[in-house]
Amino acid sequence: MERRTLFDKIWENHVVTHEEGSPAVLYVDLHLVHEVTSPQAFAGLREKGLAVRRPDRTVATMDHSTPTNTRDLSLIDALAARQLQVLAQNCREFGIRLYDMESAERGIVHVIGPELGLTQPGLTIVCGDSHTSTHGAFGALAFGIGTSEVEHVLASQCLLQARPRTYRVHFDGRLQAGVTAKDMILALIARIGIGGGTGHVFEYTGEAVRNLSMEGRMTLCNMSIEGGARAGMVAPDETTFEYLAGRPYAPQGEAWEEAVAAWRALPSDQGADYDRSVTLDVSTLEPMITYGTNPGMGLPISQPIPDPAGMGDPGARAMTEKALRYMDLQPGRPLLDHKVDVVFLGSCTNSRLSDLREAARVLDGRKVADGVRMLVVPGSETVRRQAEAEGLDRIFTNAGAEWRYAGCSMCLAMNDDRLQPGQYAVSTSNRNFEGRQGTGGRTFLASPLTAAATAVTGRVTDPRTLEE
Amino acid sequence: MTLEPFTRLTATITPLPYDDVDTDQIIPAKYLKGTTREGMDQGLFARWRYGPDGSPNPEFPLNRPAYRGSQILVTGNNFGCGSSREHAPWALYAYGFRAIISPSFADIFRNNALKNGLLPVAVEPEMQAALLALVEEDPAAKITIDLDAQTVTLPDGRQATFPIDGFSKRCLLDGVDQLGYLLKQEAAIAAYEEETGKARPEMEQR
Repeated sequence: MERRTLFDKIWENHVVTHEEGSPAVLYVDLHLVHEVTSPQAFAGLREKGLAVRRPDRTVATMDHSTPTNTRDLSLIDALAARQLQVLAQNCREFGIRLYDMESAERGIVHVIGPELGLTQPGLTIVCGDSHTSTHGAFGALAFGIGTSEVEHVLASQCLLQARPRTYRVHFDGRLQAGVTAKDMILALIARIGIGGGTGHVFEYTGEAVRNLSMEGRMTLCNMSIEGGARAGMVAPDETTFEYLAGRPYAPQGEAWEEAVAAWRALPSDQGADYDRSVTLDVSTLEPMITYGTNPGMGLPISQPIPDPAGMGDPGARAMTEKALRYMDLQPGRPLLDHKVDVVFLGSCTNSRLSDLREAARVLDGRKVADGVRMLVVPGSETVRRQAEAEGLDRIFTNAGAEWRYAGCSMCLAMNDDRLQPGQYAVSTSNRNFEGRQGTGGRTFLASPLTAAATAVTGRVTDPRTLEE
Repeated sequence: MTLEPFTRLTATITPLPYDDVDTDQIIPAKYLKGTTREGMDQGLFARWRYGPDGSPNPEFPLNRPAYRGSQILVTGNNFGCGSSREHAPWALYAYGFRAIISPSFADIFRNNALKNGLLPVAVEPEMQAALLALVEEDPAAKITIDLDAQTVTLPDGRQATFPIDGFSKRCLLDGVDQLGYLLKQEAAIAAYEEETGKARPEMEQR
């Protein structure tokens, strides 16, 4: 029998039709919607007189342009408020379930999908957001789409897709204390480059992936797009089923047993072929941090900033020079001990309960350094409540950090949470592009542990040197 | 939606010789708060195009008089990486670009561009270098992109071919929206749902 990968199985299960000379028509099981990339799609439906084909498979939330210091939309800028109102109006008109500002379950789309049990193994999941790859942690095929495609899915529940190639990313070995899923994905992207996975879907395999919690797997899959792959996946296992059991949208009773039985058949067959593969040994991995202006410009935290003069490839040399100019960093110097102004703990990459717990463990009984602003933004209102029930919010506020409402916040600075020109931040988010966190702002991407340790010292700090 | 068909384009070039131009640079997040596709050209490359006080940066290629009216952007590897925002091709198109030439494109950007009449033209690095050298020497030089033949031709006759999937090519040549094709698949979609039992009772109950 033909040996198939996890990706092959899900893809083949979802091809509605595939005519010669045209892309495949791929069925979408779950469509997630937010305020920024959907208004033009709904407008398109209205112009064409179309309905939403499956409102029952469509779920919306407010996250990108929402404030995190208030839930009162009258206090925010008129354009953002209007965009949120338009989403609410579209959801009412087209019959779509919306987690709005009043909802106790609202949050970042890639945090609430899994949290509510909407995200399940074997599904195809899309959203007008590149970090939709997050949901692949459950063994789903999940990827970001543009607004035209949002309209396609709203109207037809399908997408026109060329079949991507497969790329096995094997993480061998065991992580040392202080090293996390975030460091694994930053190490991968530093290795293969930000275009390394273009045209491919990653499948993450190996002991180090099996040992990750679901939240760690979400962090890993989240940044697949930063390696150029639209989707990243982890085969479902007991960790997956344990996470999902009892969640609001997870199947119950007999349906649960049937679902788990079907999910057990999803992992890649032994000996299945991938178009490409790479292996990384994590047993010697250090905490990773980025120094440049894309997520591939990362290094082990003890290493010096690379010198473009030593780079053979003229393209890489020019880009590194440009990045170091923007970051105002000297080649050959360590990044360790570099002063920072802001620490941002949040985003769809690292804003879940385990991320907050890790950071709180570092900050407990300590203070955020003088002159450093630390912003802690939970990924959802549910995470916020859970963290408060555990007293994490008190640890953060006692340390001098700001404790906020859920949202994308300073990851992309669409609301008022942003860096000032020239400021340096250690950020647990996913993109260090020029100005991403605020015009002129400079971002070092790192794990929640590294972020918290840095907040304490006010300088880029290896979390392993702080921990007792 | 009817798109302007893309058949053959003869136009001047704007050079943007950087690799990995991400969609946050193509259009920063603060320009994503609209609810229509209008006015996107304002935000195109805003952080590079304008100084901190909002005045045009004279060094940036889009502000150089020599490149005014250009319809083709020639740029580096992996153009359009990062965010899935379709505002990026909307902004490029609204500004006047009809084709982007690069050795490679990020997946989501390429998909988005093709749905908006903006042609991503992937050429070998040697051809990209030749185009950058051409515009350096003569900013008024015009090149021709022929979609039907899938060729890029320089004034001296040098030529390169580029790949495009047949479906997107037909849609661009005819100026038709891809949604039309999907809507014609209704019977197949309904049959698929019937066969696979694509109900999700747990979603309907809540």
